[in-house]
Amino acid sequence: MNRQPSERVDVCIVGAGPAGGLMADRLASRGHDVVVLEAGPRFDADHEDRERRMERAIRPAHGPDSVWEMGGERDAYESTGDKFYPLNAARVKGVGGSTLHWQGMVMRLHERDFRLDSETGVGTDWPIAYDDLQPYYADAEDELGVAGASDNPFAPPRDQPHPQPAFEPSYSDSLFATACEELGVATHSVPNARLSEGREGRSACVGYGTCQPVCPSGAKYDATIHVERAEEAGARVVDQAPVQRLEHDESGDKVTAAVYATPDGEQHRQEAREFVLAAGGVENPRLLLLSESEQYPDGLANSSGLVGRFFHDHLFAGVGGTLDEPTRQNHVGFNTTESHQFYDQPADGSRGAIKLEFLNYAGPSPVEMALGGDDWGDAMLDRIREHYGSHVAVGALVEQQPREENRIRLHPERTDDHGNPVPDVVWSLSDHERRTIERANEIQRSILDELGADVEWTVGPESTGPAFHHMGTTRMGTDPESSVVDAQLRTHDVGNLTVASSSVFPTGGAMNPTLTIAALALKAADHVDERL
Amino acid sequence: MELTRRDVMAALAASGAAVGAGISLASDPGDGPVGDHEVDALVAVADVVYPSEVEGVESFVRQYSVERLRDRPEYAEGVADAVAVLDEYSQTWADADFADLDTERADRTLSGFEVDTADPDPEGSDRERVRYYLVNELLFALFTTPTGGELAGIENPQGHPGGTTSYQRGPE
Repeated sequence: MNRQPSERVDVCIVGAGPAGGLMADRLASRGHDVVVLEAGPRFDADHEDRERRMERAIRPAHGPDSVWEMGGERDAYESTGDKFYPLNAARVKGVGGSTLHWQGMVMRLHERDFRLDSETGVGTDWPIAYDDLQPYYADAEDELGVAGASDNPFAPPRDQPHPQPAFEPSYSDSLFATACEELGVATHSVPNARLSEGREGRSACVGYGTCQPVCPSGAKYDATIHVERAEEAGARVVDQAPVQRLEHDESGDKVTAAVYATPDGEQHRQEAREFVLAAGGVENPRLLLLSESEQYPDGLANSSGLVGRFFHDHLFAGVGGTLDEPTRQNHVGFNTTESHQFYDQPADGSRGAIKLEFLNYAGPSPVEMALGGDDWGDAMLDRIREHYGSHVAVGALVEQQPREENRIRLHPERTDDHGNPVPDVVWSLSDHERRTIERANEIQRSILDELGADVEWTVGPESTGPAFHHMGTTRMGTDPESSVVDAQLRTHDVGNLTVASSSVFPTGGAMNPTLTIAALALKAADHVDERL
Repeated sequence: MELTRRDVMAALAASGAAVGAGISLASDPGDGPVGDHEVDALVAVADVVYPSEVEGVESFVRQYSVERLRDRPEYAEGVADAVAVLDEYSQTWADADFADLDTERADRTLSGFEVDTADPDPEGSDRERVRYYLVNELLFALFTTPTGGELAGIENPQGHPGGTTSYQRGPE
């Protein structure tokens, strides 16, 4: 493949995930010359390849990170904060990005999420309101093919229904619904970025049950769809081309080139009029920090000193157990019922947002049990029959407050396969977050108690982990001293540099971030288009 | 429970083999690292590791293995190597190739080799490769089929594209 740079183009986008793919498609469709530089490979997108990746996901010999070739020297990192951060567990480098691996849950943030400081005195306000993003949310839902329903009494206002009908509730949802009704907890459908009906040559979901980490049918949205569409509209996508740094002009007002490496050991310069960073909440700040210069000794676009700061994620909380009756788990790999009743933060700011999820894949699946046991034949079948089919679990995403000390920085000693400092994830939890997790556990336990379940496990404040939603590291705001990008997602310091990613989220609520990433990317595409 | 052609097709689909509804399934391994002897060994392993309720094992394993390994020469080499390793152990302790043992002796031999407690690893020790290329190969095939799923109480097992209605149904 030719990985030489193109002649000076209109837009150079770094990263071929959902933000990069959507922006490339939108801008190329409007007649602009677009080049996308992607650090990882282009994976085959045919069903045969996806099914073989699914086999790797199911069979225990292969680590989960092997499905999409995650980790290794290319993705080396350090984690030096109070709490270990497993950075490569769900971060895919390649055309399609982490949407190849994701679960595919797509909710809009609530109106309060955009004005948290004003309403609760905790966190910070966004420089845009829900109303500003609402049309882009609708656009993003259409682009991703979201299956959903308007039955959520806690959801923010919307002008039109979801583009696809919601998936029907599961059998175990019906058990939870009865228990929740007794407790006064309202349940509702889940917006899913997977097709409930076929469209545009893509299959509806056929129930492989391995959504995370791979959907063989292609019903689950991934960003290869928009990358391919962008290419059809004339965009050029160069894979295995990790960007090493950005160069700017003498004044420091404009980026002039993205310097990228290629597998043959060469380096190239891609020039463009506009540049977009769409490499996620870890690599975006890292690339800015790597692009230090005389004008920007602390990193490009970092006059605020906040590039990499305010790193936050969502925290997982969960309680699970078993019933003395069948619960019919693991037929599908996605959820169909949630409760956002405990989502909005109390006015006194005493806890963060909580989003409850009722799992359809609690407990092990029979094939996993068969492959991982120490027995076979009738003994194996007896074991599977005894342990499969009666599990239940309630999960939750819990809000994490953005705090300056949590950050992505360049590690002072360790370097990657190109000699660049690796990202160092400095991450910790606050008492506020621990309290919110405890509150989530309390609600989850009450639901399982009402259900009559034997509670067997709890993921609480001590055992929680991240949901792999990297946010906050190039935060958006109006004040150049307290933020990195403006409301158009353009950096305050450098006029032709846009950041499209959850890295711009000032706060993250407790909703899975990809729909908001997509909406912001479509908004940013409009602004870049206007400037061109 | 009888394994049928539908199960062969489902297992092949889950393994990424390019199969369509009209395909004729061959039982002849043809040229390649996996020949009749290796397929016989896979059938003998399946007789041990599949639950006794399963019927139609031989035709299922023959059709599945031949079709699956046809376009995967590297994987087929691994299977052939694992059969050779198992035969060597079997010759040492039972004076016969594994495929020639009755099911009871085959079970004792496989257990004696400690394959039941071995981690599956395509690049591991002898017993780990036998676990990966023979035992788990066949268990993966079985439990991604509708019949294998039903044995365990799930009509749409993980790895099988069985649609989006069974998850909504309650127990019978």
